[in-house]
Amino acid sequence: MSGWTEIKGRAVALAQSNIDTDQLIPARFMSAPRTDGYGDFLLHDVRQDDANHILNRYTNVDVLVTRRNFGSGSSREAAVYALVDFGIKAVLAPSFGDIFRSNAVNNGLLPAQLPEADIEDLIAAIGDDDVGATVDLSTSTVRIAGQELSFDLDPVWRKKLVNGWDDIDLTSQHNDGIQAFRAARFAAHPWALPTS
Amino acid sequence: MSGPQTLFSKLWTSHEVTRRDDGTSLLWVDRHLVHEGSHHAFAKLQSRGMSVAAPDLTFGVVDHYAPTRSGEVASDIRRMIDTLGRNARAQGIRLFDLRDPGQGIVHVIGPEQGLTLPGLLINCGDSHTSTHGAFGALAFGVGATEVAHILATQTIWQRRPNTMRMTINGALGPAVTAKDLALHWISILGADGARGHAIEYAGPAIRAMSMEARLTLCNLSIEGGARLGLIAPDQQTFDYIKGRNFAPKGTDWERALQDWSALATDEGAAFDQEVTIDANDVAPTVTWGTSPEDALPITGRVPDPAIMSGAKGQHARASLDYMGLEPGMALDAISIDQVFIGSCTNGRIEDLRMAASVLKGRKAKVPGLVSPGSAAVKKQAEAEGLAQVFTQAGLEWAQSGCSMCVGMNGDRVKSGDRCASSTNRNFKGRQGRGARTHLMSPAMVAAAAVSGHLADVRPLLEGRT
Repeated sequence: MSGWTEIKGRAVALAQSNIDTDQLIPARFMSAPRTDGYGDFLLHDVRQDDANHILNRYTNVDVLVTRRNFGSGSSREAAVYALVDFGIKAVLAPSFGDIFRSNAVNNGLLPAQLPEADIEDLIAAIGDDDVGATVDLSTSTVRIAGQELSFDLDPVWRKKLVNGWDDIDLTSQHNDGIQAFRAARFAAHPWALPTS
Repeated sequence: MSGPQTLFSKLWTSHEVTRRDDGTSLLWVDRHLVHEGSHHAFAKLQSRGMSVAAPDLTFGVVDHYAPTRSGEVASDIRRMIDTLGRNARAQGIRLFDLRDPGQGIVHVIGPEQGLTLPGLLINCGDSHTSTHGAFGALAFGVGATEVAHILATQTIWQRRPNTMRMTINGALGPAVTAKDLALHWISILGADGARGHAIEYAGPAIRAMSMEARLTLCNLSIEGGARLGLIAPDQQTFDYIKGRNFAPKGTDWERALQDWSALATDEGAAFDQEVTIDANDVAPTVTWGTSPEDALPITGRVPDPAIMSGAKGQHARASLDYMGLEPGMALDAISIDQVFIGSCTNGRIEDLRMAASVLKGRKAKVPGLVSPGSAAVKKQAEAEGLAQVFTQAGLEWAQSGCSMCVGMNGDRVKSGDRCASSTNRNFKGRQGRGARTHLMSPAMVAAAAVSGHLADVRPLLEGRT
């Protein structure tokens, strides 16, 4: 996966709270292989029920601005695949589901946390249109709707996004330590090995 | 480290292989549970030419796509099940497949098989992995990339969450269950109220709970946004585990009991947050909206978005629109089209017993499906005569699996239909496109079934339990 430091693109607002991963990708699409592309599955049923949905009117979207608890619920990483394959590279919200945030960073999608008041101002400023937006990971700032805002981002996650790093590569250098840990753990706590 | 420790801190420290300067820990994984949905992770592993690092600690089960009724199985469902079987065989992983007497929902069979033990770190690519915390295990759900990482290394990188102690004082009333307690606290703190936190449930109401009730409570931690839920093990926990298939035996058992006796929060240990709930305040609770936080006592009324502020009001308006409800309606006046009993939240034997005690000698006014949480639960329910109670009431008795909780196997609620459900998520479209879900305890589902509308179970159980 390739990393990124800055994106300059278009942003829209989705003025809803609690957009869960079941809405982001309904379960029935999750048996598809990733190589088919997941972009069409993004908010599939919601978009099909509402021809005027913001993501039907604008399909060239890089940044999504939305309300609290985005990506809550099911751990399905397919929700992130749908966003990424649609073309979205950053989501700005007051809060995210914990598992979703990790999944996002593992796939090059920035979950940028901003104060609720900033998000409400942005949603009001963007309305039903799309606007230009620039996201800069090196400074943790976003320029959007005439404002420059700072977001919270875990420094490790910044590194992963910028470098497109994969944890499996990072962990291989700890292989000896892991093997030693396993041996010590089961020697001290033999009951922790499954019997039968 | 010195000073008094929380249970969470003890578990975390005992699994830390290493810690980076930035504070992220590499944690050892004692049990990794996989299911059909793990196909993305196996594909990732294959694309790197890697194999599973610890097949002896990895267990597979068919649950998310498991067919629960007879008849032809759709080809994409068959493919998902076959793919898991192929991956498990290729990697030497013990698989509980459809015909295995140990098959069931992953979070039901973990404890049932003795795979879930106090002091272990347990991961699964499923958010309800928090369930296993009921045994004093560090258990949390992960995404596909993390599943691939665990398969490849038997470890996971995690940032340490904050801690929250939720003390439940008092006692739950008759017919008020762990499900009601969970919906109650989530309605107070919000669906993201425990975000970034590991919750330890404590207090007299927790000690009084059965293991199965504790599993229900820990299961729903994720619906309040928590990373995981935990309960310190006690004699009841040990009694539950003893003699189970994969549980420690002989001298290992004695050693385990010694280790497990230290698994409690020390007197004076500090939590980042303390929350106190009075169990006596909890009534049979139902959801009215499209988030688990949209929950109220059955004696209440549908809220009025007009008197709620800003984003909250907008969420409520959109929820009521989707749910087809009017503000101010009495909750027990909401008529239903069908019921579902099952899931990793409420598909265990005690859940079925309680639902059956409501249904016995009564007829359901709406159709419904009962899917036991595992093949073992099914067998036991049949031996106890519970299955007969369900079928005599007019409900369908099916095989075990995730079934209508997630709808992946084709068990779905029709668009616009309203379902009283013992499951964990009332999200838009969760039980099927356009489906309207009301979450509640299995006893409350049974009450709704015999009433044809949402109903308070308490009068229906008078003189019965």
